[in-house]
Amino acid sequence: MSGERGSPVVWLSRFGMYATAVLVSLFVLAPIYLMTLAAFSSQEDVYAYPKELLPRNLSTETMSFFIHFGGVLDALQRSVVVALITLVLSLAIGTPAGYALARFAFRGADTLRLSVVATRAFPIVILSIPLAVIFISWGIDDTAFGVSIAHTALALPFVVLTTSSVFAGVSPELEEAAMTLGCSRLKAFVKVALPLALPGLAASAIFVFIVSWNEVFAASLLTLRHRTLPAEVLSLLEGAPVNFRFAGGFFLMAPSVIVILIIRRYLFTMWGRVLK
Amino acid sequence: MTTVAQEVSVERRRRQWEVLPYGLVLPTVAYLALFFAWPMEQAFKLAFRDGGAWTIEPFRTMVNDANFKDAFKFTMLLVVVIVPLQFVLALGMALLINSKLHGRGVFLAIFIMPLAISDLAAGLVWQSILTERGYLNTVLEHLGLIDQPYIWLDPTKPNQLLFAVVVAELWRSTAFVMVIFLAGLQGIPHEYGEAAEVFGAGFFQRVRRITLPMLKPSIQVALLFRIIFAFEAFAVVLAITGRAKTTLATEAWKWQAEYFDSHVAAAYSALILVLSLVSAGLVVFLLRTPKEQMAR
Repeated sequence: MSGERGSPVVWLSRFGMYATAVLVSLFVLAPIYLMTLAAFSSQEDVYAYPKELLPRNLSTETMSFFIHFGGVLDALQRSVVVALITLVLSLAIGTPAGYALARFAFRGADTLRLSVVATRAFPIVILSIPLAVIFISWGIDDTAFGVSIAHTALALPFVVLTTSSVFAGVSPELEEAAMTLGCSRLKAFVKVALPLALPGLAASAIFVFIVSWNEVFAASLLTLRHRTLPAEVLSLLEGAPVNFRFAGGFFLMAPSVIVILIIRRYLFTMWGRVLK
Repeated sequence: MTTVAQEVSVERRRRQWEVLPYGLVLPTVAYLALFFAWPMEQAFKLAFRDGGAWTIEPFRTMVNDANFKDAFKFTMLLVVVIVPLQFVLALGMALLINSKLHGRGVFLAIFIMPLAISDLAAGLVWQSILTERGYLNTVLEHLGLIDQPYIWLDPTKPNQLLFAVVVAELWRSTAFVMVIFLAGLQGIPHEYGEAAEVFGAGFFQRVRRITLPMLKPSIQVALLFRIIFAFEAFAVVLAITGRAKTTLATEAWKWQAEYFDSHVAAAYSALILVLSLVSAGLVVFLLRTPKEQMAR
């Protein structure tokens, strides 16, 4: 295979690589494109067959039908609230631990890191059922706060590991220098480490938002009348009209795609140490 | 490995700040104890305890339920079919991005797009494509391959339903495996492959003899996560197959949300946990790295 530069074999194998890359890209992009097209098609086009494959007849009818269907608008707002509470809770609780894991060699650090990773082996499926029972006795069932608590339990290990990666990428010497120059430990952290870590932390926060935005199993078990968007979509799925499914699919998909494109620079910084 | 200088500075910091790290991790430990460990114990009680006595009644109900066999079989089938296919695909994608391809930044951006898409969204996306009056049939008809819409999601054809869920899951979750592989590939020095090439190793030989062994830690991590997540398959199956196919997680959800029986729901989730842990143990055991090879 290792022919000379420019030989037919090399040329062919390079061509094959590009062809494969393009094919895989099409496999990834086509469904995203079609879902978007479906969500912005007019009322007739939704039911039409064969379907329109080009964006010739775009309309917001389908989207506005979805948003005004049942309790979707309320669910949409609730999803944002749940995701924001989850984001604040999990970052406030998890970032200090991430910082500690990155900066200090303390007894139990490895155990903590391992058990935090191990929590992912215990699926949300298992966690949600007892939480549903516990939340009823606490009187926080069917509330946005209750769902956020479950989502924080889900997101916290992720926050600890990714923020620890982010802080590990910020040189401790800079903080030490600031402390030599008279800063307190806290001030050195706030003035030096935090600004440098901020983009990575923001990426982590955005990811937490989307984890909560996406989560449907716990959300649908912990709520009944006050559902989040995915739980609402799931509960209306059976017997829902086609335009509901089209717009709902788009609504759930779009933020995830946009978010990944925004934070893709930080993906490897965040995951770097998690994967070692 | 850490250098001597690092070790000295770590040592210095350790002496100065003995309590601080514990204070910093305390909120996380407390939260996980309250909202993770304790609910887990409660789940265990729901499944095994009735009043003050031990019981296996929920498990008996679970096993004797008409849907149990289907759910078990379909869940296993999903894991066994999706994970290997997606590992081959992800390895190919990661190798493409890691090669000297022009525009690989663009390809990477495209490949990771589905990374955060939920399984419910993925289910709805592929439902819109595969549904009878959907996009796949439209394309096939334009190409002249069919002259009337074909029913892909036929509830009486289990293989087609399996295929639909597999495609949706490959589309959605392969990016995750690829990212892990790519991070691993970037840790393999280029010299290794180049040296092998000088000695006449072909592409597939290089992948088998160098890339795959060096990638073993990444493969292990990716396998652990993907198998565990695959056992949780739920919304994607509901969205694509309706109630024609069910999984263990779907049954747990139904027993809790529709039959209001937390005990049987907990039994289902206990089964999912056991399956996850057993396969995690198998992965760790089968892909273990002997101590003398752990120089990294």
